Amino acid sequence: MDNILEIDLLRKEYKNFTLNDVSFQLPYGYIMGLIGPNGAGKTTIIKLIMNLIRKNDGSIRVFGKDNLEDEIDVKSRIGFVYDTPPFYEHLTLAQNKSIVSQFYREWDEELFKNYTNDFELDLRSKFKILSRGMKMKFQLAMALSHNADLIILDEPTSGLDPVFRRELLNIFSGLMQNEKKSILFSTHITSDLERIADFVTFIKNGEVVFSDEKDSILESWGVIKGGNELLEEDHGRLFRGIRKHEYGFEALTSDAREVARRFKSNVTIEKPTLEDIMFFMTSNNGGSDV
Amino acid sequence: MKIIISNSSEDPIYEQIIKQIKNQIINDELEEEEPLPSIRKLARELGISVITTKRAYEELEKEGFIDTVGGKGSFVAGQNKEFLKEKKMKVVEDKLTEAVAEARMLDIGYKELKEMLSILYEEEE
Repeated sequence: MDNILEIDLLRKEYKNFTLNDVSFQLPYGYIMGLIGPNGAGKTTIIKLIMNLIRKNDGSIRVFGKDNLEDEIDVKSRIGFVYDTPPFYEHLTLAQNKSIVSQFYREWDEELFKNYTNDFELDLRSKFKILSRGMKMKFQLAMALSHNADLIILDEPTSGLDPVFRRELLNIFSGLMQNEKKSILFSTHITSDLERIADFVTFIKNGEVVFSDEKDSILESWGVIKGGNELLEEDHGRLFRGIRKHEYGFEALTSDAREVARRFKSNVTIEKPTLEDIMFFMTSNNGGSDV
Repeated sequence: MKIIISNSSEDPIYEQIIKQIKNQIINDELEEEEPLPSIRKLARELGISVITTKRAYEELEKEGFIDTVGGKGSFVAGQNKEFLKEKKMKVVEDKLTEAVAEARMLDIGYKELKEMLSILYEEEE
């Protein structure tokens, strides 16, 4: 598959945090969700792609080009939605649009009008009076109106109500009708990804735990429950993030088939959600062996 | 074409799609050469990922139920009667296999099972 985004051994060192040789790829035509607990490094990765902060090492290629050498070209084809919108609070939406749209060679006024209509945005309103949801919609209208091929969004759904979140996911699906476009978005609301994401990359403590097709993750992983006697033997990496209580235990496994083969009816195995995976992998002993 | 995705089903979503399209082909609800929606359109309509619909189509193609023509999309494959009949038999066979396994587990003998089958079959008529 041809990749729209290739991140290779990306490294960023801070005093208390290191993004440690992160690598993953996103092919053209698909949606990838970037998940992980707060402080895992999701926003750092996104900022590095946008060259808002300097990397220590590694490479980022977007549309097959280096994101620093061809920065202007690369950025003009990315639609970016920030966690905190980068607009002038005291100006109207129309004024904000006039300022920002100049920077894009392929600004599409017609498309912008369609989006603002769909989103019921009043261009005469000042930015600062908008609700969080409306601010997000305005940012999104801006990000989608310059014919970008890669849409990158940092926590676009946080703080939004479920109705708007669904609406947003529907917009994403709409964009995916074009097989040359891709979307990368970070989120800690994993249910948003459960259905529409093609790929999921899980980041923890600055490292990639996995980056894979969502369907194959959800098929091979499982939540297992069983009696505590099973814990008397060491099962190595087969059980992760074990949570023991008086009457039994719960754990996560990345190989549900092997667990079923080995323990048969002594355990129950349930299909995991992405949230389950994040939860068990983040709890004290979940990720120590990764 | 009709496809209903259940989130509470034990079957993965791509399997739900495969089963439903197969059944519609076997029951002639989808006719030979009928065009199917593109994988991207189907993903959007069902609100699921493109990879999921792609996988469903790939498996259907592998099993000979649909053909995908580059640039034109996917179509219900031309089926010969023999093949369809075989597929129909297979559907029933799978269900019976399940019933036999269940019967074995519950210690229900062949004779009892056969009686059950003939009663059920007569009743249906």
